[in-house]
Amino acid sequence: MLFHTRTRKSGIARAGSVAALALSVALVATGCAGGGDDGGGGGGGDGDLSITFVPKNLGNAYFDTSDKGGEEAIKEFDGTYDEQAPAEGTPDGQVSFINTLTQQGVGGLVVSANDPTAICDALNEARDAGVKVVTFDSDTDPECRDIFINQADAEGIAKVQVDLIAEQIGDAGEIAILSASANATNQNAWIELMKTELEANHPDIELVETVYGDDDDQTSFDKTAALLQTYPNLKGIVSPTTVGIAAAARYLQTSDFKGKVALTGLGTPNQMRDYVEDGTVTAFALWNPADLGYLAAYAAKALIEGDITGEDGDEFEAGKLGSYTVGPDQTVLLGDPFTFDADNIGEFDF
Amino acid sequence: MTETTTATVKIARSYRDYSAPLWRRVLLTRESAVIAALLIVILVASVSVDHFASPITMTYLLLDITPILLIALPMTFVIITGEIDLSVASTVGLSSVVLGTLHQGGMPIELAAVAALVVGALGGALNGFLITVVGLPSLAVTIGTLALYRGLAVGLLGTTAVTDFTEFWKDLAKSKIGETGVPSVMILFLVLAVLFAILLHFTRFGRGVYAIGLSPEAALFSGVRVQRTKFILFVLTGTVSALAGIYYTLRFGSARGDNATGLELSVIAAVLLGGVSIFGGRGSLHGVIAGVLLIGTLGSALRLASVTSDVINIITGLLLVASVVSTSVLAWLRTRRARPGGKTRATPAAPQ
Repeated sequence: MLFHTRTRKSGIARAGSVAALALSVALVATGCAGGGDDGGGGGGGDGDLSITFVPKNLGNAYFDTSDKGGEEAIKEFDGTYDEQAPAEGTPDGQVSFINTLTQQGVGGLVVSANDPTAICDALNEARDAGVKVVTFDSDTDPECRDIFINQADAEGIAKVQVDLIAEQIGDAGEIAILSASANATNQNAWIELMKTELEANHPDIELVETVYGDDDDQTSFDKTAALLQTYPNLKGIVSPTTVGIAAAARYLQTSDFKGKVALTGLGTPNQMRDYVEDGTVTAFALWNPADLGYLAAYAAKALIEGDITGEDGDEFEAGKLGSYTVGPDQTVLLGDPFTFDADNIGEFDF
Repeated sequence: MTETTTATVKIARSYRDYSAPLWRRVLLTRESAVIAALLIVILVASVSVDHFASPITMTYLLLDITPILLIALPMTFVIITGEIDLSVASTVGLSSVVLGTLHQGGMPIELAAVAALVVGALGGALNGFLITVVGLPSLAVTIGTLALYRGLAVGLLGTTAVTDFTEFWKDLAKSKIGETGVPSVMILFLVLAVLFAILLHFTRFGRGVYAIGLSPEAALFSGVRVQRTKFILFVLTGTVSALAGIYYTLRFGSARGDNATGLELSVIAAVLLGGVSIFGGRGSLHGVIAGVLLIGTLGSALRLASVTSDVINIITGLLLVASVVSTSVLAWLRTRRARPGGKTRATPAAPQ
């Protein structure tokens, strides 16, 4: 019996397994060829204002945009910009780069954390060595960084979506919410705030149902179809999740409801471009990652130059964005979310 | 290259090995080439890369590659038998989650770690059972369990992470031996490395591992318990992967289902670079350890030279391809050289 199985295995199976393995090893070894950034250059050397961005990973359009904003800011104040990150968004990869940058003695790090705790020790070692640490986009535990640049607060996110849908449906009629999963912390907090905002300022809008697409494209697509069947008078859908809004837009685009039922929420320009250009969606919201990177770079500069220490109430200037004040928990809020529509979507690529 | 050619090469090689003087047998090997490359990288980087020649570089490097070093030990055995285990990184994740969830539920870390090791061993045993008893190919089985164990890990903890580990254990995972800068975890690695080296190179079990890789049938007929050996190897791999998972969790202080995603290919890449033949039957532990160190050191030096991770990946990838190609080219040259001289023996039987 053994004899037979061995014989059979030896030929095709083994050649196949060798080929498959060689392929996968080659794939991991070369990684994904990331989006072009000119990185390079020499880290350090240029005094204190050498600031390195450490996004979650390379080749990610969102971070390409935010880091470009940071680069613009750093050029304005004559610092040295660099970007270093693992090819894949893993905490251990990020730790290696943070350790390396600590050794090189950069002035400041601007980090989007792959794990709030796992990179903590590495960041604290950097701070012990005199490196200023700013987190943006995705925070670490507060004791591991000097300042966190928060892209948007819950109130702002809730309000902009209510305002958008109210404007699009004439401030009256039935709307529904297509959320992520039923226990998604962020979305649930936003939905509660949206309900409060609707009750307080938009009495003629009725929220008929909140459905959950589980941040899955197909589920969100099906739930959108079901909503439109169940509520024939539905005038608008709000989807506070990038997966949901794209799936809903895809359904609307090919259905009879296109142009009759409004859709808004949180989305990214690349996902939503088609739908905005053909009129399925009028406007949607998110923050502007370029501004986020820009502000983070200025915060790093203010920390490096000793203008601020991260205390509540510290104020600093952030170039074209104006003046900012540090809030509780060493957090700086970027501002209200950014609204994308047909006029400005062409300027964004993420 | 066909199976037959490779087989010819292997047998011609082993014959040749003992016909050369000792110094040639020691120095002109694949392993020595990897060690030489490692020394060259260290030398060049020390001279030309700022900050490389400081003890902290070594500390960070060793801390980073410890999981790969650990898993590479049993993986070497598995690949020498001609099998493969792709589920190791998922086992790391699963062990991390088991440690985290049990500790969160109030179990002391020591006990939770033992439970994580047991889970790792069971995972390895399932691989071993499917491969040796059911008789499925290891590539297919471990691709399946790669998904299965990762799924279990992520399913158990969801997107949350357990982070409230005792400082003592977290500090231990990162601590150094005295003033040397060498991480304490290296003691654990060295003990395991010595044990595995003895097992592979100085025991009957270890010789059996090579025999299986060269020809499972010949091994079987010469009294090697082929299936039992393979089963034990998969259990060992699972257990050591779980151990790496415990270290990984404590070092980063974070138990997550997606810990160490993709690590299996780093391990296999290093093992192959270290001179283990993917066809089985060839390789040694010192080559593998040098292979892991070479990839790690090269990455560390390039990072310090501000090379981006994409370029580092490209360089590592080229190095791997070059190392695999060079083996085949060398083998081809040897057969070419051997034939006109009339030194070739009668065509040996195909190994399987």
